Amino acid sequence: MPTAEAHRKDSNSTAADTGGYDKAPINDKLLPAEKIKLFREMVRIRHFERRSLEAYNGGKIAGFLHLYIGQEAVAVGSMSVCGKNDHVITAYRDHGHALMAGMSMNECMAEMYGKATGCSKGKGGSMHFFAPDKNYWGGHGIVGGQTPLGLGIAYYLKYKGLQGACLCYMGDGAVNQGAFHESLNLASLWDIPVVYIIENNGYSMGTSQARSSAFTECLAKRAEGYDMAWDRCLGHDVYEVRAKTQEALERAHHESRPTLLEIDTYRYEGHSVADANRKKYRSPEEIENYKNSKDPISLFQNKLITEGILTEEQAGKIEGEAKEESKAAAKFAEESPWPSEESMMEDIYWETDNPSQRASQGRMFFNDEYQQS
Amino acid sequence: MRTISYREALREGLSEEIERDENVVIIGEEVAQYNGAYKVTEGMWKKYGDKRIVDAPISEAGFIGMGVGASMLGLRPVMELMFFSFAYVAWDQMINNASAVRYMSGGKINCPIVIRGPANGGTGVGATHSHTPENAIANVPGLKVVCPATAYDAKGLIKSAIRDNDPVYFMENTLLYGEMGEVPEEEYLVPIGKAEVKRQGKDLTIVAHGRCTIIALKAAEILQAEHDLDVEVVDLRSIRPLDEETIVESVRKTHRVLLVEENKPFCGVDAQISHLIQEKCFDDLDAPVKRLSAIDCPAVYSVPLEKHQIPNVDRIIKAALSVG
Repeated sequence: MPTAEAHRKDSNSTAADTGGYDKAPINDKLLPAEKIKLFREMVRIRHFERRSLEAYNGGKIAGFLHLYIGQEAVAVGSMSVCGKNDHVITAYRDHGHALMAGMSMNECMAEMYGKATGCSKGKGGSMHFFAPDKNYWGGHGIVGGQTPLGLGIAYYLKYKGLQGACLCYMGDGAVNQGAFHESLNLASLWDIPVVYIIENNGYSMGTSQARSSAFTECLAKRAEGYDMAWDRCLGHDVYEVRAKTQEALERAHHESRPTLLEIDTYRYEGHSVADANRKKYRSPEEIENYKNSKDPISLFQNKLITEGILTEEQAGKIEGEAKEESKAAAKFAEESPWPSEESMMEDIYWETDNPSQRASQGRMFFNDEYQQS
Repeated sequence: MRTISYREALREGLSEEIERDENVVIIGEEVAQYNGAYKVTEGMWKKYGDKRIVDAPISEAGFIGMGVGASMLGLRPVMELMFFSFAYVAWDQMINNASAVRYMSGGKINCPIVIRGPANGGTGVGATHSHTPENAIANVPGLKVVCPATAYDAKGLIKSAIRDNDPVYFMENTLLYGEMGEVPEEEYLVPIGKAEVKRQGKDLTIVAHGRCTIIALKAAEILQAEHDLDVEVVDLRSIRPLDEETIVESVRKTHRVLLVEENKPFCGVDAQISHLIQEKCFDDLDAPVKRLSAIDCPAVYSVPLEKHQIPNVDRIIKAALSVG
């Protein structure tokens, strides 16, 4: 069994590695069309999110809206190296992962509008997108609550003898939750092929890492307490994200060992759109500096232009298409029907959704106005 | 018919399902090498091995949540809680995740998990280890709750629970594990959501579940012999889904009801049953519905006090005689 020591990376050396991942084997073999696809996926996420924000501000989306703008290279880079037996689960900032998993903008936008055509028929909302047919297991609202679930997904893969892994994402706020630590211990103890990815955007809502973590070194280093491999990665470089995720996936696939991968990133918007203090707990300059120097989409666009794969004109066209697709999704959501009142009582129990296979006639629901099936 | 203990009946049910379906796996604290804290899984690790019978560290939120996640892909984990009181450590996984993943995914994901363990007081272990959360769990749509009282029901219900495609929270009782009961050799299932009249009577209906059923049956014999009161005992077996018909039918026959449970009175299971009876049997009642619950203080440690706190034969007799 490889020890944590063998995989330990010094956090300072990671920073110095910036830009060195273009030639990593996983990236070197990429065809131009595949690189453009990565770029397109990031652009699609950004425009989807912008259109979502517009809809939220227009009163079309209720509840919370946790935008992924600024973090696009994380979901796109890491999920782009997944194979057919690799699965994904994440927290409530889940739109980027959902689109990257192959969910359509229409079903995602309609879900946020609370419409019947939404991916969860309007029962989940922004935080709860699911597509198990695409190996995408949500979309979970409680900070850290998905970390044992991700462990369970990987446990299943190992139990069934499948060479796969679960990428389980979380924000930096999740690392102080008990469920996270229990999951790390179990993953390492039982050799579970799970890759825990901390998308460290610096703030758990309005609380900076310095104000929330007693451990002052990088968050991923906590893995050492569980004899687990860990690594750190710059999240604005899609090539680096791919390379580091690939290493972790190989460890999962070939050694059935977990990894804790911390990816430094940044969110341009608030924790959610309702985060009124998003420019108070961090300075507007900090936000602008990141946007100007580390925007993952601009950086990748420039890189592809330098590589001679993409022109400004083509990039503009991709952007225009993403904008149109997002606009069309909002139109689809707007024009979609509301769910029927009766549908409230569906999808609660498998048994009541499949009445012909019921084992008994016991009462399942206790409403006076909606009688049980 | 042969008699075996409630504990052995459970073990038989678990073993039969392990052998029937390769997706069934038992995970919990001390379930494997230790042979089970209450010996329910005794011998199973030796027989079925590491893959099927898995010792978990004390880490309820972690391993229960892991079971929930694995069940989403089709495993049928049977998770043991050493005490159901420990459910609160895993509450987020049991309540937020297991109950709502089907709903929030618009029916795309099932969660065929069983979470089982003893949920009872009466053993002098104090307030932290004596919870009976069937009422709290039954309050959550998406979850099912069963509380078998006999060896026969324990075996038949655990098999049904494992085969069920929804999450089933299965509450046993440490004071029942050694109780003997008739269990046939041949395979059978007890459906979830079906109550059983455990004793026929005409003067008063006692509705109970879990161990209170057994105590009610003892009280019924005394009430018959000493007070000429012919008591019918309805064992709910399943809390959610709830077999209303059997309750209503019995009340319409006897016209008097005593509801007995080990839950605390406020929002206990019997609060719901009481509501049901007034709604469906208002004109059939000859007296107000009477409830007997645990006395409304945290589970007390001192043995004589705790014996008095949870329903016992004496308290049931007294309550039965006080039904107008």
